[in-house]
Amino acid sequence: MYKKILIFGASSELAHQTAIHFAAPGVHFFLAGREVQKLQTISDDLTAREAKIKTSIYQIDALDFDLHQKLFEDAAAVMDEIDLVIIAHGTLAAQEEIQNNIDDILREYGINCTSVISLSSHAATYFENLGRGTLAVLSSVAGDRGRASNYIYGSAKGAVSLYLQGLRNRLFKSGIKIITIKPGMVRTKMTAHMAASPLFSKPEDVGKGIYKAIISGKDVAYVPGYWKIIMAIIKSIPESIFKKLSL
Amino acid sequence: MSINKENLNTEYPSFGNYPKLYPSEVKHWSWRHIPPNFSSFSAKFLPRGFGKSYGDSCLLEGGILLDTTQMNKIISFDRESGIIRAESGISFDELLNFLVPRGYFLPVTPGTKHISLAGAIANDVHGKNHFSAGNFGNHITKFELLRSDGRRLICSPEENKDYFAATIGGLGLSGIITWAEFKCRSSPTPYFYVENIKFRNLDEFFEINEVSEESFPYTVAWIDCTAKGKHLGRGIYNRGRHAEVGKDNIPNKSPKDGAKPFPFEIALINKATTKMFNLLWYNKQIRKKTKGISHYNPFFYPLDGVGGWNKAYGKAGFIQYQFVVPLASGKETVRKILEKISSSGLSSFLVVLKTFGDIPPSGMLSFPMRGITLAVDFAVSRNSLALCRELDVLVNEGGGRLYVAKDSRMKGADFRRYYNNYEEFSKYIDPKITSSFWQRIQEK
Ligand SMILES: Cc1cc2nc3c(=O)[nH]c(=O)nc-3n(C[C@H](O)[C@H](O)[C@H](O)COP(=O)(O)OP(=O)(O)OC[C@H]3O[C@@H](n4cnc5c(N)ncnc54)[C@H](O)[C@@H]3O)c2cc1C
Ligand SMILES: NC(=O)c1ccc[n+]([C@@H]2O[C@H](COP(=O)([O-])OP(=O)(O)OC[C@H]3O[C@@H](n4cnc5c(N)ncnc54)[C@H](OP(=O)(O)O)[C@@H]3O)[C@@H](O)[C@H]2O)c1
Repeated sequence: MYKKILIFGASSELAHQTAIHFAAPGVHFFLAGREVQKLQTISDDLTAREAKIKTSIYQIDALDFDLHQKLFEDAAAVMDEIDLVIIAHGTLAAQEEIQNNIDDILREYGINCTSVISLSSHAATYFENLGRGTLAVLSSVAGDRGRASNYIYGSAKGAVSLYLQGLRNRLFKSGIKIITIKPGMVRTKMTAHMAASPLFSKPEDVGKGIYKAIISGKDVAYVPGYWKIIMAIIKSIPESIFKKLSL
Repeated sequence: MSINKENLNTEYPSFGNYPKLYPSEVKHWSWRHIPPNFSSFSAKFLPRGFGKSYGDSCLLEGGILLDTTQMNKIISFDRESGIIRAESGISFDELLNFLVPRGYFLPVTPGTKHISLAGAIANDVHGKNHFSAGNFGNHITKFELLRSDGRRLICSPEENKDYFAATIGGLGLSGIITWAEFKCRSSPTPYFYVENIKFRNLDEFFEINEVSEESFPYTVAWIDCTAKGKHLGRGIYNRGRHAEVGKDNIPNKSPKDGAKPFPFEIALINKATTKMFNLLWYNKQIRKKTKGISHYNPFFYPLDGVGGWNKAYGKAGFIQYQFVVPLASGKETVRKILEKISSSGLSSFLVVLKTFGDIPPSGMLSFPMRGITLAVDFAVSRNSLALCRELDVLVNEGGGRLYVAKDSRMKGADFRRYYNNYEEFSKYIDPKITSSFWQRIQEK
C-alpha cells in the first residue's frame, strides 16, 4: 500500500475523493496546491477520517515551472521518500470565450498540458533514481478526440495522455508505474455550471474508481469504466461524418 | 456562468416538481473561508441543498439559488464522544458512509439519505424515532451562520441563542449555515432488528403503537389508503432497534446499495396502479407478523431504493400533504381524513402514519409537536388540490398544522396561525434572503 503520497492540485474535488480512500494509519499526504486555506480544509477532512495520518501543506502554482523540481525535493525530504504522485489540477475554460485569444489558449495549455508534463517528468526522474514508484495523472476522456466545442482542453489532455503513454513504455523496465486516469463527466466545481446530463457521475464514485485503478496498477483507466465503450464509439466515427455532428 | 431555463428545469426543481419556479441564476459556494460576494448579487437569494423539499421552500423564482452542496468536507470528529463537525453541504449519505464503519449513526434521519446537513437543520427534520430522540435540531450542539453583511455567528444553546433557535427549522431564511456540529448515536453495526406487524384498522394501529413505543426506538406505519369501512386505516406497522452483537444474528457481508432506476416520465401513478400496489404490498405480508435483521438502507430509506420514483407522477408533478394533530383530537381527525381520502378516489403512492413524542424542539418554526402525523402524496390535479383544501379544514378544526418541507399550497393565514412564533422569527430573516414559499405565505 502507498504510504507517502504527493498530490498536486489537492484541493480538486476528484483528488479529495480519491485521497479519502488512501487515508490509512501511517500514511503521509503531501498536499500541494495554490491556496493554503483550501489545502488546510482538505487536510482537516482527511485527518478527521483517520487520525493516524500525517499531512503537509505546500503552496505552489502549476504555472511556476521553476519551482517544480524543488517541490519534489521538498516532498521527498519531508516524507523521507515519495511512493505515489497524483497530479489532479486542471481548468475547463469556456471554449467560445478563449478560442480566438492565443494568450488564453496558451494559459490553458500551461495549466492542463505543459505544467502536467513538467511535473510528470520530474516525478519520472525522481522515481527512476529511486528505482520504484507510481505516477497517476488525471487526464480526460476529452483527450480521446478533438471536438468543436472542447478542443483546446481536449487537445491539452490528449497530449498529456500520449506523453504518459510514451513515459510508461520507457519506464516499464524500471518497474515504475504510470497510470493514466480518464474520468468521464463528473459533477465537481469544474462542471457545476453545466447542464444536467445522465452521463454525469458523482465525485464519490469516481474517486473510488480512481483509487481502485491506482491500487490495481492499471495502465489506462476510464472512470466509470463504461466511458471506454462510449469513447470507442466516438473514436470510430469517420472524420468526414464527425465534423458534421455538432459535438 | 448563467444557466438557461431549459437546463434548470431538471437541475433545480423541488422534489415534487411542483410548483415550477425558476431562479434567474444559480451560484455555487465551495469553500467556507471564501464567502460569496454578496454585494455583486443582483437579486435576493436562497441557500439550497439537494432540493429534497417537496414544494417551494427550496425555490426562489427570479432570484438566485446559492447551491452549498459543494461545501462537503468533514472538519473534525471525536471518536470518544461521537461529536462530528462538518460543512453544511455534506449529504447524509456521505455522513453515513463515514459514521457507520466507525460505530456511529445519525441521531435522527428522515426517509431519504440524499439530503444535506444544512437542509436537515433548516427544516428541523424528524424521523422514525421522534418520540425517543426529538428532531435533528435537538442534537445540534453548534453551527456557524454567515449573514449577508459578512458577519459569521457561532450559534449554540449558549451563544447567539436567538439565532440558534431561528435557524433550526428556519427554512434557510436567517442566513447561510456554513458548518454544523452534532452528536451521533452509537451503533455497533449497520443492522437493525426489525418487526413488521399487520393491523386491520386504525384502532389496532393505536394499540400496537402504544406497546411498541416502550420497547422500540424506531416506529412508523404504512397505511393502505384504498381501504374503506371496517378496514379503514389498515396497514403495516414497522418497528425496530439497533441490532446488538451477541444477541442478534448479524450478517457478515453488507448488501449492495444500488437504487433501481425508475426513469419513466409518464403519469404511471393512477388509481389502478396504486390500488394494485397497495393490495400487493399489504398482502405480500401473509403472516400477521414478520421479523428479521435489516441493513439500515431498506429500514430507513426504502424509497431511495426506487431511484427517481418521484418522476412516476408525471410532468405535472406531485404534492405531499403532511400534517400533525394533537393527540386528544388526533384519532378522530385522522379517521375523518382517511375517510375523505379513501372516498375521494384519489390515489397515493405511500401513506405514512406515526406519532410524535413530547421532546420540545430547538427551533422557533419546528413542525413536530406531541401528536399524530400523517403524510400522503397525490399527483397534482384540480381534484387533489381541492381535496387538500378540504383536509385543511379538518386539520385546522383538530388544532393541527402542516409541514413546510412538504408544502406547496398552504394558505398564508394558516401558516401564521400554525407557527405563532412567526413574528418573532421574522426579526432574524436576512435582508438578502427569501424563498418562493416565504413570499407566498405573506400574500394570502
Ligand atoms: C423521500 C423523502 C422522504 C422524506 N422524509 C422525511 C421525513 O421522514 N422527515 C422529515 O422531516 N422530512 C422528510 N423529507 C423532507 C426532507 O428531509 C427535507 O425537505 C430536507 O430539508 C431536504 O434537505 P435538502 O438538503 O434537500 O434541502 P433543500 O430542499 O434544498 O432545502 C431545504 C431548506 O434548507 C435550506 N438550506 C439549504 N442549504 C442551506 C444552507 N447552507 N444554509 C441555510 N439553509 C440552507 C433551504 O433554503 C431550504 O429552506 C423527505 C423528503 C423526501 C424526498
Ligand atoms: N470533472 C470532470 O468532469 C472531469 C472530467 C475529466 C477529467 N477531469 C480532470 O480531473 C482533474 C480534477 O478536476 P476536478 O473535477 O476535481 O475539478 P476541481 O475540483 O475544479 O479541481 C481543479 C483543481 O485544479 C487546481 N488548479 C487550477 N489551476 C491551477 C494552477 N494554476 N495551479 C495549481 N492548481 C490549479 C484548482 O485549484 P484552486 O482550488 O486553487 O482553484 C483545483 O484544485 C482535472 O485535471 C480535470 O481536468 C475532470
